[in-house]
Amino acid sequence: MVNSLSVYQQAVMLMAALITLTSFLMLGQSRLLRLVGVFAVQGLLLSASTALVAYSMALPHLYISAALSLVIKGLLIPAMLFRLIMRMNLHREMDTVEHPARVIIGGASLVVFSYYVCLPIVKLSTLITLNTISVSLAVVLLGMLLMITRRHAVAQVVGFMSIENGLFFAAVVSTLGMPMVVELGIAFDVLVAAVIFGVFFFQIRSSIDSLDVDRLSQLSEVEE
Amino acid sequence: MIAVYLILLIPFSGSVILALQNDPDRSRRYNKGFNALSLFCSIWLAVEVLLKGPLLFSGKQFYIDSFNVYLVVLTAFVGLTTALFSGAYMQHEWEAGKITPRRLRFYYSAYQAFMFTMFLVLTTNNMGLLWVAMEGATLATVLLVSLYRTPEAVEAAWKYFILCGVGIAQALFGTILLYFAAEQVEGIRPDEALLWTTLHENAALLNPGVMSIAFVFLLIGYGTKMGLVPLHNWLPDAHSEGPTPMSAILSGLLLNDALYAVVRSKMLVDQSLASHLPGYLMMGFGLLSFLVAALLLHHQKDIKRLFSYSSIEHMGLMTFAFGIGTPWAVFAGLFHMTTHSLTKSAIFVTVGHASQLAGTQRIDKIRGLINTQPAVGWGLLIGTLAIAGFPPFGVFASEFLVLIATMRDYPWLTPLLLIGIGIAFAGLFRHLQPMVFGPLPEGRQAIQANMTPVVLHLLLVLWLGISLPFFLGNWFNQATQLIAGSLPL
Repeated sequence: MVNSLSVYQQAVMLMAALITLTSFLMLGQSRLLRLVGVFAVQGLLLSASTALVAYSMALPHLYISAALSLVIKGLLIPAMLFRLIMRMNLHREMDTVEHPARVIIGGASLVVFSYYVCLPIVKLSTLITLNTISVSLAVVLLGMLLMITRRHAVAQVVGFMSIENGLFFAAVVSTLGMPMVVELGIAFDVLVAAVIFGVFFFQIRSSIDSLDVDRLSQLSEVEE
Repeated sequence: MIAVYLILLIPFSGSVILALQNDPDRSRRYNKGFNALSLFCSIWLAVEVLLKGPLLFSGKQFYIDSFNVYLVVLTAFVGLTTALFSGAYMQHEWEAGKITPRRLRFYYSAYQAFMFTMFLVLTTNNMGLLWVAMEGATLATVLLVSLYRTPEAVEAAWKYFILCGVGIAQALFGTILLYFAAEQVEGIRPDEALLWTTLHENAALLNPGVMSIAFVFLLIGYGTKMGLVPLHNWLPDAHSEGPTPMSAILSGLLLNDALYAVVRSKMLVDQSLASHLPGYLMMGFGLLSFLVAALLLHHQKDIKRLFSYSSIEHMGLMTFAFGIGTPWAVFAGLFHMTTHSLTKSAIFVTVGHASQLAGTQRIDKIRGLINTQPAVGWGLLIGTLAIAGFPPFGVFASEFLVLIATMRDYPWLTPLLLIGIGIAFAGLFRHLQPMVFGPLPEGRQAIQANMTPVVLHLLLVLWLGISLPFFLGNWFNQATQLIAGSLPL
């Protein structure tokens, strides 16, 4: 089966596997700085795979998407997070994962689940690389799992942004990129979201004196 | 056509101008001015659509039909009246030292930015841009929720951002799947594949498997924004901790626009699927939200939380009505969108004054409004009567239509709806009675209140309850024709 694929298809599959791998690495990483580092690697891989698709399918507009994701996801957002971590003196802080084994098994079952959900879509086309749409859904779900299992605001933001990565990957592999207007709009939204997250770090820290969002628990249905 | 450009341009430039404007007095006046201009242009647009029929222009990027044109007018109208109220309200907050001039400037700028995203959601023909604008609405309002910088406000804003951000990401996945489905059909150009009109024309050819998965993601995504149970967690917090004018526009506009996005998606999926799956999903989620929110009304301690649960309840009812999907139900849903939006924003305006009067939002501290300031007391009383579905107000008429539509097709669900309405009524009135008539605490003084928006909204709702003006009935009929495929009568 694998032998029958062209070099290009094999490369795309490899990229998809690597992106999923970075998602799993993030799930298990408790040091914030390394977490941001892995996130940057995911952004770079994303950009590389977009460029790969652009080259092999001869779709010049995808180069723009590749450049966008390289600048925003691979450089700008990680750099912003890195600077915030340094400025707020968080670089020694740990966000320990409780029950890492369960989290990883949970992640693995999410991957299986996404393959199951995407079956009707994959059947539609003869394109074997379409399998990657289930990989991208898995990246989205793994990002959510990351947000659920973490308590630190920085880790939650990384999870949020990796959900965006998964969506971007889905758009590239399944539809060869969305229309340019939409892509630019999404990039703009992601950028503004990143800035607002930065503002929030300061607001949260000045209100609860820490970035442990589990301590944001004033508002609930069962007060007093 | 020019009207649409103006409707988008006015709030956009308004946002930029207000961001540079330091003088709060002037910002207040400008904010009202920009909203008045938007309302003028939206009425112009409505007249144009009424005379010429649906408009599709500038490379098919904008599409105005009878379904969205009336929502544009409603959005502009509620935007203007809330701006009138927010002038007096923010002045009071500023004098009370709760916000700094810089935050006030930010508030006005974000207000216009939010109006811009709302108009873009309604007018765009591109499902991708619709998503971008929807996310933009979150971004514009999230820092307004934390405007007071209290720990509760920051928490509410964080919750709002994370939940709505993750939720709306699901809608983007749904949108990607829509695009994918469209690309499989021969003859659709890739740059037109996300246009709603193109998708709608070719809906029968789209792959049903992909479309049903896409709809689930779109419903979850936009449903989070709409506050459907169990994705509603952010809504009461964001409504209660932000400034009150923002609660009014969130409840009156944002929720409607999210529902609009869901209904547009449903129109696409319905034609591609042979089954009634999208309808059942919406009915289920709608009914669940309706019942859960009605029950939760009972043990609320905060007046704004109380009415935000009432919003969830009404959004649930509308989702349910659109889920049924028969002409009767769709007509009722459209009607209810209008009456709820008008009534709820009027209530939030009154609630804003009431909580400034009492100096707190806690229900047990707000007492004897009718003696302190009769206008506010009566406003709250009448507003709550209207939202609870008393005749002769418009909400009664629209809820009655939903009931009739349910009786026709799903008679066994009617008791559930009736019980829900009863529970919600009891939940609202057990809190309302002491707030309006209770013993008056010492030292309460009347404040400067601007009740014009409330009177205006309630009179309109009363009018809608007594007779439906012909142009509105006409619009609803056309929109029903569009969504359900035929007319109720």
